[in-house]
Amino acid sequence: MDILCVCGNGIGTSVLLKVNVEQVASDLGMDVNVTTSDAGSAKGTANMNDLVLTSPQLAPELEGTTTPVETVENFMDTDEIKSILERYAD
Amino acid sequence: MPDFKAFLPDSSFALDVPASDWRDAIRKAGDRLVASGFTTDAYTDQMIETVEKMGPYIVIAPGLALAHSRPGDAVLGTGLSWVRLSTPVEFGNKANDPVSLVIGLAGRDEQEHLQVMSAIAGALTNKEKTAELAQAQTPEQIRSILES
Repeated sequence: MDILCVCGNGIGTSVLLKVNVEQVASDLGMDVNVTTSDAGSAKGTANMNDLVLTSPQLAPELEGTTTPVETVENFMDTDEIKSILERYAD
Repeated sequence: MPDFKAFLPDSSFALDVPASDWRDAIRKAGDRLVASGFTTDAYTDQMIETVEKMGPYIVIAPGLALAHSRPGDAVLGTGLSWVRLSTPVEFGNKANDPVSLVIGLAGRDEQEHLQVMSAIAGALTNKEKTAELAQAQTPEQIRSILES
């Protein structure tokens, strides 16, 4: 599945999230393609993905997208990321 | 393994320093980036503006803020700074306040700092390493925990 990680600038927090999502997905045996984006351009690219991950503060910026948006509070908590990915595993 | 001495030189650390509020904490992280030749002072202002505009989303884990802005003229090279606060400060992020570690990030492009970010993510998702990082006394010790 295609996952888009979104942060304010597309270079800091979203990259850290991408690294952790890839790690968790590999632990779960999921085949994922993870890309990153800034909140401004995410609206345009979100629809080309199966899932969007971002922080609670930035989720309002993505309102209106048809792709599911899930928020992550602790980007360093692989259990939190795992619980989200498991719901989309099938 | 990336060259941590290049991305996190001794000059990029400030350990157990006070900060009066979140702006001051980010400014200290910015000052260390400037001192290490990664950014100009303008980048420090941009990091503060990022939070003013988009909120405290940079507080990505309990106690941890990843201060950064966009690549641009104010970025001279890819690198990090590591500012550990003697007293934690509030950023206004309900889930993850207060912040005791501010990592400043200057990146020229995503690829260049991806390796460093991977190593940092590997250490900070590990509770034992996170605890060791909070106790480490010198830049050298912190680099060796990140490299391990």
